[in-house]
Amino acid sequence: MTARRSIWDLANPRRFMGWSGAALPWAWTLATLLSATGLTWGLFFTPEDFRMGHSVKIIYVHVPSAFLAINAWMMMLVASLIWLVRRHHVSALAARAAAPVGLVMTAVALATGAIWGKPMWGTYWAFDPRLTSFLILFLFYLGYVALWQAIENPDAAADLTSILCLVGSVFALLSRYAAQFWSQGLHQGASLSLDAQENISDVFWFPLVLTMAGFVALFVALVLLRTRTHIRRRRLHSLSLKARLA
Amino acid sequence: MIALILRDLRLAIRAGGGFGQGLAFLLILATLIPLAVGPRADLLAPVAPGVLWLGALLASLLSLDRVFALDLEDGSLDLLATSPVPAEGVALAKAAAHWLTTGLPLTLAAPALGPLLSLPASALPWLALSLLLGTPALSFIGTFGAGLTVGLKRGSLLLSLLVLPLYIPTLVFGAELARRGATGLPLLTPLALSGGITLGCIAVLPFATAAVLRVNLR
Repeated sequence: MTARRSIWDLANPRRFMGWSGAALPWAWTLATLLSATGLTWGLFFTPEDFRMGHSVKIIYVHVPSAFLAINAWMMMLVASLIWLVRRHHVSALAARAAAPVGLVMTAVALATGAIWGKPMWGTYWAFDPRLTSFLILFLFYLGYVALWQAIENPDAAADLTSILCLVGSVFALLSRYAAQFWSQGLHQGASLSLDAQENISDVFWFPLVLTMAGFVALFVALVLLRTRTHIRRRRLHSLSLKARLA
Repeated sequence: MIALILRDLRLAIRAGGGFGQGLAFLLILATLIPLAVGPRADLLAPVAPGVLWLGALLASLLSLDRVFALDLEDGSLDLLATSPVPAEGVALAKAAAHWLTTGLPLTLAAPALGPLLSLPASALPWLALSLLLGTPALSFIGTFGAGLTVGLKRGSLLLSLLVLPLYIPTLVFGAELARRGATGLPLLTPLALSGGITLGCIAVLPFATAAVLRVNLR
């Protein structure tokens, strides 16, 4: 009897290794092409902003990394929920694989923001709500990664980090509103929303969207690669245990 | 559950329980801050509510590693897990006992330390109120963190790394409430929000704590 095919079949580790191995070169190609095009276009073929001058170009790194910093956490949240509900090991490992990538993206967003802030606001750092929220998000990533590293039993580690991710998400959201309450803003509001009255002009918008798509592809490629590494590492571990028993 | 709370209280108060250590820590902090910053009242008074809040938060954090660790060592945590009280009840009782042994004494002691930091007398009731509202949240969040790290060797540094980010909303609203009380600004918003966070923590976090305890005990 053949089992009914569902999307969850893809989460079988053997299946996952199959399709992710096939998808990985595509993800890398897409990431390289999109970010190379977007960055070249953005950095060399767009006009200077009439107020910000050349420094506007840091937007092509700052915005995509900030976008991913938040969405990597969202992806970890969804993967943690899937692990807690359906017990797919690949899901837990994907959440584990995404965390350091999100951590680096948060650091990049903070660093480029600081570099951009100096000429624009006259300071590298201000306790603005958005900046503070990102710093707090960075701390949450640190705690999550540290907890994964501290626990030896893989299933217990997956369970505990998933619960931490759920609880942490609630508190990260609370901290965001607390930070908004606690200080006045220096950072501009969202300027990429689809429904906003005032967005950035198309000249900057098209290369920016390309770069963002490129960063998303890069994130997918990195997470797939790291998940595959974790699966292989776990297989190696069980093989070495078997060899020791034999 | 009440028996469990009473047992934890007795353990804390009698020999070697470390009941007064949190208070001593807060006293030392309130002594050291003026020594570090300088004795000028115009420097100390504006930061005093925040400093006392931070001291209470750290004192609460420092006593967390004994919430579950001793019970795990002598096996009573396994007995509790098999007892008729559900794990959620154990988590609730543990957090309540932690608050009664650290949060409540800190709330009562912090206003007494206000004069050390040149805090005007009119601000003291607000400081006490903000701590009364905020410290239960610290105990419940901390109990969750203690449950997460209970099985780990050398987990105390990790515990602070996990718990301190979770303390941020409580700290922001609690310290803001104390600060606004001290300067006579309208304080309904931080009052409502810090009360809300505490009630939310009491309602939800025992379930999360119970879930991590079950994982760590299986």
